Amino acid sequence: MTAAAQVPPAARAARGPVRRHQWLATLRTVIRTPRGAVGLALALSVTVLAAIGPAVAPQSPTALLTVPFAKPSGQFPLGSDFLGRDVLSRVLAGGWVLLLMAAAATALGIIVGATAGISAAYLRGWSDSLIMRTVDVILAFPQLVFALLLVSVIGPKLWLIVLAVGLSHAPQVARVLRSATLEISERDYVKAVELQGMRPTKVMRTEILPNLISPLMVETGLRLTYSIVIMAGLAFLGFGQQPPAANWGSMINENRIGLTLNPWAVIVPALLIALLTIGTNTFTDAVARVTIGVDRQPEEVALLDDLGLQEVK
Amino acid sequence: MSVATASVRRGPSRAVAHPIRTLVIRRAALGIVTLLLVSVVVFLATEVLPGNAAFAVLGRSANPARLHSLERQLHLNRGLLDQYWTWLSGLFSGRLGDSLANGQPVWSLVEPRLVNSAVLVFLAGAIGTVIGVVLGAVAALRKDGWFDHVSSVAALAVTSLPEFVIAITLVIVFATNVWHLLPAVSLLPPGTYAWSQPKLLILPVATLVIVIVPYLFRMMRGAMIEALESDYVEMARLKGVPEWRVVFTHALPSAMAPTIQVIGLNFLYLAGGVVVVEYVFNYPGIGQGLVFAVGNRDIPVVQFIVLVLAAFYVLMNILTDVIALLASPRRRIPREP
Repeated sequence: MTAAAQVPPAARAARGPVRRHQWLATLRTVIRTPRGAVGLALALSVTVLAAIGPAVAPQSPTALLTVPFAKPSGQFPLGSDFLGRDVLSRVLAGGWVLLLMAAAATALGIIVGATAGISAAYLRGWSDSLIMRTVDVILAFPQLVFALLLVSVIGPKLWLIVLAVGLSHAPQVARVLRSATLEISERDYVKAVELQGMRPTKVMRTEILPNLISPLMVETGLRLTYSIVIMAGLAFLGFGQQPPAANWGSMINENRIGLTLNPWAVIVPALLIALLTIGTNTFTDAVARVTIGVDRQPEEVALLDDLGLQEVK
Repeated sequence: MSVATASVRRGPSRAVAHPIRTLVIRRAALGIVTLLLVSVVVFLATEVLPGNAAFAVLGRSANPARLHSLERQLHLNRGLLDQYWTWLSGLFSGRLGDSLANGQPVWSLVEPRLVNSAVLVFLAGAIGTVIGVVLGAVAALRKDGWFDHVSSVAALAVTSLPEFVIAITLVIVFATNVWHLLPAVSLLPPGTYAWSQPKLLILPVATLVIVIVPYLFRMMRGAMIEALESDYVEMARLKGVPEWRVVFTHALPSAMAPTIQVIGLNFLYLAGGVVVVEYVFNYPGIGQGLVFAVGNRDIPVVQFIVLVLAAFYVLMNILTDVIALLASPRRRIPREP
């Protein structure tokens, strides 16, 4: 039989609900902090705008309706873009794909990175070396450059961008979770189930993972912010959604030649991206303060833990 | 240094080499292995992924004859290991191949861009480091004062922003809509050097400085607060050492060690940041070169620039780690067994 069955039922029952509610309780605490409230409000309002935008856009986002770079008017409240399309409609339509792609890349990065980091720390030995050397190699590529490398061969496909950005998140996630796991795997309750003969995969899943909720929450928030930044950056460079699709990143690039004629075609998408990323990052910062209780970003702490400089053997 | 040497001499770990030398050598060796693996990744990504490079370049206009001749030009008809070796030895002997977009040698296309980007990164790195360290130290000294609060919130906001949003904001404020002080984009043709028109450097450098300052600020602030609350600072104060000496000779040096490592991390942001920032300002550096090469599917140029950016980061990381090792007294002393 597995070890979990040998734990007295009462003990399991007592432990279960506490664990299940831990992250919800954390979120509740976070929302009550000023940073948490502001961050959530910003991120949520931009998300809602992006989600319902396509349904409420007054015009077609791709129809050529007036002269290029027309000033704001009653019919076109934010003016027109470089081809004479309605800026308001393009703004409303241009966020949801960006957000979906960022969310998908974040999920991929967290799943791959957490699996790699927890395995490296718990299994030690050659798996650890192999995983951490791989991490070092991928980490040498700036995330945007890693995505560009793949795009140069396969082309600006949306699935490829999600894959590239997700995979380039994984090393940083792996580092943070590895150093968190190293400490947890030394605890007595882990040693206890190991002595009972629990399989390593099960130890990682049932004993270690539930204790990593805090770093996981912080990492998810950080990676979501970076995903949005990189996705918007790729679109800005022309390697995201292809024309004529509306996208906040590409709108900024398309319309910046007309900055003096109709600045709103640049300012509004830039402002929405800024509010969104400031929102997610501020919320993440509040989560980090509540759970880890530090001012520093965990990534920097993990970096220092990880360089092998602390331990002189 | 003498403390470390002495303890090695009398300690039981006599046979062990000097710890700091071992660490430095280990760090450098690890970096070189990483670099080699990075080159393998770049090579595999561009040669092995579905639809090989020749097909990617020719696209729909590929016909068997053209495909075949381009495959031969890129050595795609040979074995994988053979291709990798040809490519790698070419890198070291300066034979980087020709651009697929215009047939020029890759090196002659990339060299002036490399110099321009180096100027940009060096200026931004130096200015950003000074500003970040000073602001971080000041915020730590006035912990929980108004300056600390304002700058911490500002740092948080700025780290959230994409580089191109910062760049566009600077363009709107300083080059087009609000004031018209600086050129919005550079009109330098590729192949020229940036210092011929220093005014063009201002906005790109300013953008990159804004990108990296918050990271340095946060690290310096954290390290400085830790140092100021440490026992040795307490001791110095109790001895009656003047406050300015406590700050400059006791707290600041020990706060610098972790900060130096974050400087290394910052080169990663800079290496990624130059791509977007150079593109925004039409600055003729390798970042802009990379964007153009990706657009043209100019694989030899992409390979080389990506490798340069990755190598730059790896080398900078080795360098900053070694400096941090040398700068931190505690880590130099071998632990008693």
